Amino acid sequence: MSIKKTSRRDFIKISAAGTAGLALANPVLNWVPGFLPKHEKPLDESKAKRFPTFCEVCFWKCAGFTYLNNEGKIQKIIGNEDDPHSNGRFCPRGTGGVGMYYDNDRLKKPLMRVFEDGENKFKEVSWEVALDFIADKMKVIAKDHGPESMALLYHASSGSYFKHLLKAYGSKNIAKPSYAQCLGPREAGFVATYGAGISSPEPTDVKNTKCLVLIGNHVGENMHNGYVQEVSEAIDRGASIITVDPRFSTIASKSKFWLPIKPATDLALLLSWIHVLIYDDLYDKKYVEQYAFGFDELKAHVKNFTPEWAYTKTDINPEDIRDSAYEMAKAAPAAIVHPGRHTTWYGDDTQRTRAIAILNALLGSYGKKGGWYFAEKKKVPQYPAPAYPHPQWTWKEITRPTYKSAGTGLANDLIKASLPSNQSEHKIKGWLVVGTNLLSTIPDKNQTLAAIKNLELMVVVDTMPMEITGYADIILPECTYLERYDDIRSSQHRYPNIALRMPAAEPRWDTKPGWWMAKELASRLKLGKYFRWENVEEELDWKFKQMGTSLEEMKKIGVKIFDKEKDLYLDEGEEHFFNTDTGKIELYSLDLEAKGYDPMPKYTEHAQPDENFYRLIYGRAPMHTFGRTSNNPNLVDLMEENKVWVNPKVAKIWGLEPDQEVWLENQDGVISTFSIKVRVTERIRHDSVYIIHGFGKSNKLLTNCYGKGIDDSELITRIKIDPIMGGTGMRENFVTFLLENPHKKEVKS
Amino acid sequence: MRYAMTMDIKKCVGCSDCVVACQTENNVPIGFCRDWIVENVDGTYPNLELEIRSERCNHCDDTPCVRTCPTGASHVIEGGIVKVTPIECIGCGACIQACPYDARYFHPDGYVDKCTFCDHRVTKGQDTACVSVCPTKSLAFGDLDDPNSPVSILLRERKWKVNAPEAGTKPQVYFLT
Repeated sequence: MSIKKTSRRDFIKISAAGTAGLALANPVLNWVPGFLPKHEKPLDESKAKRFPTFCEVCFWKCAGFTYLNNEGKIQKIIGNEDDPHSNGRFCPRGTGGVGMYYDNDRLKKPLMRVFEDGENKFKEVSWEVALDFIADKMKVIAKDHGPESMALLYHASSGSYFKHLLKAYGSKNIAKPSYAQCLGPREAGFVATYGAGISSPEPTDVKNTKCLVLIGNHVGENMHNGYVQEVSEAIDRGASIITVDPRFSTIASKSKFWLPIKPATDLALLLSWIHVLIYDDLYDKKYVEQYAFGFDELKAHVKNFTPEWAYTKTDINPEDIRDSAYEMAKAAPAAIVHPGRHTTWYGDDTQRTRAIAILNALLGSYGKKGGWYFAEKKKVPQYPAPAYPHPQWTWKEITRPTYKSAGTGLANDLIKASLPSNQSEHKIKGWLVVGTNLLSTIPDKNQTLAAIKNLELMVVVDTMPMEITGYADIILPECTYLERYDDIRSSQHRYPNIALRMPAAEPRWDTKPGWWMAKELASRLKLGKYFRWENVEEELDWKFKQMGTSLEEMKKIGVKIFDKEKDLYLDEGEEHFFNTDTGKIELYSLDLEAKGYDPMPKYTEHAQPDENFYRLIYGRAPMHTFGRTSNNPNLVDLMEENKVWVNPKVAKIWGLEPDQEVWLENQDGVISTFSIKVRVTERIRHDSVYIIHGFGKSNKLLTNCYGKGIDDSELITRIKIDPIMGGTGMRENFVTFLLENPHKKEVKS
Repeated sequence: MRYAMTMDIKKCVGCSDCVVACQTENNVPIGFCRDWIVENVDGTYPNLELEIRSERCNHCDDTPCVRTCPTGASHVIEGGIVKVTPIECIGCGACIQACPYDARYFHPDGYVDKCTFCDHRVTKGQDTACVSVCPTKSLAFGDLDDPNSPVSILLRERKWKVNAPEAGTKPQVYFLT
């Protein structure tokens, strides 16, 4: 086999690889769910075989059991009642997780990029060949540029073992897009205020709250399971909900106050709420006096931010602003101003989250029942291994000089460090991409592609032929979470808890678990001493035993809950040290001030759409986790495409009919690859459109979802970077409608 | 014994877990469903109302589907559950026409299929698959003849409505408002 290095790294359709791809040319949607054999009798759960797992469809990672039917095939997945993430109830995606296993579009064999017959192709290779190739390349990169030049970009659970591998190899250039493209600003905002981030699941005491305030957070459409469950409990108990959203979201319809805000003006509303709480004397004086720093400065700062002032920015009536502030104060301290998750909006996102953090402090809710509890997490011991080598440089040298409060590596910064234009001494030359489709998760696709073309090695580990796989040198097909062990799930919650994931079936085709790939690569890189265990069962059992259980016990129970070491809430007047410069909750942030940022949040005007343009707002649907599920046959059956939500008044101006196909063009002239159907609905403001993220897949091998709907991320080309932590604000993109196909090629006569 | 179901409109977020759980529990073919989500929007921005409901066969007291069935395939079992015996069904579709709730569909294997209230589970004391997974606990199931069953309690304590009461079928799926 001859492998010719090519200079251009173009997208290759994996179907060119041969038989595996060709067999799928005519996908047959078999009528049997998950392609199961037909049963006369439904499964008797009490007699069925089951294996513990935790879900990999989203980051919430609910624990449950995978049930086999009488033929020994995977039938269904049911929640584990001991698990605080799921409380025995999976969400639609978790229930439909069987579709990930049965999806026939999965990656099946290791694939290697080769240059044959004048073109780039993928060729099926053995695992030996694939792993040898990667290890050889990694050795060359380490020799030529230093091991620091290898980066790991990941999201999947198996990232854990690849992280270990990369650190053993000598690099700490590791990033998850879920930080700088999602929840980073709220972490930085809370660190600056409380000296601690929020992490996941959020320690918001929703089930005990009397008032829940949501800033653009669309709980219920985001199916963050335990959170949704607790919101439902709160509704049952008569808690009031205040929802701020330009869209009449599902939760807005269940709210006492829905504040239909003019997009991009949230900070004005938050500042005026702070104003009302302080100047109407509604804040928790005892709490603020005992725990907070900088109240007088804050009071002076918000003096002019009256509801009347905020009305001119937000379109929200001063009366509603005041009434909603009184509603929170009435419920305090059992009130939560929720930080949200996807917070990279307009570039001043850390400051917006700071305002949220400050509001919670004024309500005295942090550390109080019905507000925020103190979560606890069990530390997972590391299997004995030598200390990691000390890298010469890390992501901190790339990112921290500019974004001083960045809490982790930034995926977008590691991508920038891979560009040919990078003149600094810190250059990235190789990527391990594990379970993240960077072309959809990182805005500015062209920059990502330019970086990819400049790499010496790109390895993609995935279960599905996501778009990113087409640009790889080597694709390693991972088996799904239902076919593998993974590292222990240890999560923060009211009580510390751990969960086991174990296989319920043999891997389909020639797929392998991530831990195996990492270990095999380690032995080829002469790093075997970091993976001294024979197999992952031995490694997991050792770790479980350190934690007071065993693999054997965990196989039976799936989830183990541990005792708490600290209290859930603060007692009245109890002393508490916050991990900030002053040891107090910093309403006025000394840390931000020292770094040269505003010590208190300021309102900045953001751009509004020009005539005939509409702000592009995107979000989640409860039955999908973005692109990760968009090909899952069971979930495609629930929702197969996204539609663009358009207000009826706007539809009338444009003459748009329901389900009419349109193309969207953004302010930079970027046009959606595919068309999208119009959903005419009163539920969206006149100056905005809304689409669900994760559709418009452009790889034809994703046969259930190819070309259905559009990918919002290709229209997100204007990025507003958060100067504090480097997050990529993506909500300042505006689109207009194209009613004729802009991609139709003109036929020349 | 009289089985019934309640659906809490105040809590349902329309996530469709009931739909996919029914499919994996009962081997409902992809592309078909025994339960589904309905969404109604009323009003003009920003004065809006949204109602989301999870719907299925109402297992009516007065069953036009059973009356119209020429072969007896459609029948009522203990607890008022309306079922279809596939082997007796000739696929004439009269029941589909007769049902005011559009709760029945042609199974690709050539018979009419519908919600069974998961009789294989509830007779063993389990909840139906949809009730057992519902993340918001919007769904409840039980015996109306038992005053302590979840549905009896909810129907006593909450206001409720049923779908298409004018059809006179006495539906047994209640929507809590």
